[in-house]
Amino acid sequence: MSRSVRVGLFCGGALALATMLVLACVDLPGFGHYPGPYGDVIARTGVAARHATDLVTAVNFDYRAFDTLGEEFILFAAVLGVAIVLRDVRGESERARQEAAEEHAFGDASAALGAVGLCLVGPLVVLGIYIVTHGHLTPGGGFQGGLALAAAPLLAFLGGEYVAMKVVAPHALVEAGEAAGAAGFALIGLGGLVFAGVFFENFIGLGTPGKLLSAGTIPLSNVAVGIEVAGAFLLLWTEFSDQALLVRK
Amino acid sequence: MTALQIGALVLVGVGSPVVVLVRDPLRQAICFGALGTSLALLFFVFQAPDVALAELVVSAVGLPLILMLTLVKLGEIAAEEPEEEERE
Repeated sequence: MSRSVRVGLFCGGALALATMLVLACVDLPGFGHYPGPYGDVIARTGVAARHATDLVTAVNFDYRAFDTLGEEFILFAAVLGVAIVLRDVRGESERARQEAAEEHAFGDASAALGAVGLCLVGPLVVLGIYIVTHGHLTPGGGFQGGLALAAAPLLAFLGGEYVAMKVVAPHALVEAGEAAGAAGFALIGLGGLVFAGVFFENFIGLGTPGKLLSAGTIPLSNVAVGIEVAGAFLLLWTEFSDQALLVRK
Repeated sequence: MTALQIGALVLVGVGSPVVVLVRDPLRQAICFGALGTSLALLFFVFQAPDVALAELVVSAVGLPLILMLTLVKLGEIAAEEPEEEERE
């Protein structure tokens, strides 16, 4: 295909795309004018109906918890796929951990970076637990808090302590956490089926809005999802860092 | 729209092409992290703090690390290839 034909093809395609984009955007509602009914209905009735003050989390873990279950298992299956693809295959051997720790890519991190990283591990763990457990009260929830928790051992890694990361987050524990979290969330859904007759029905007492122990199953789901996400991302990072730093042909 | 919202939009509008136009993968990963941070800022000033938190942790922490570890591995493979050819 000659250059002029390709340029012509691109111009035609770009013009058509631009036209369709303009046509699609003409009838959009104005900035800040939300037309749909669902958001308004939930904003008006959500706190009274579910006793959760963060309605985004209430929507994610109650009103459409079934969708969230699907998303959880997408993450679960994706990380499982990574773990299978990056398994140790024949002909590959792991270098001794001590040797890898001494020469890996971040091994010559400065003392300042290491100190700051290690000092931030504790606060990050507390922040992660806070975001997970207060998901139904303030912005945040299982996914965000779980990732913050997963990032805590990562700080030790960035500080040049690869072996330390493997000590605080051993492979078996990370895998167990991922599986237990995913199973826990599904079991909470089954609990709704058993105790209230509907999958993911909120079957625990709702409590007082704004209190830590309120909103029924929503905080429980947050904790389960938090453990699952923390495990999933740690497993992902461990598999990748093992490949990059340990595995040799 | 407030000035903050316009500022965040401009930041994302400038940052996105930068990620594409930078050709070195390592720089690209770092620019991507910065773009993710500005996207989180955008979500925050448009009153979506839940999404902002998720965006922040995924694109400023989660993804750049995977990209960088992959680059380390790829660099290792590229460095080893000539040796293998000699052996064969």
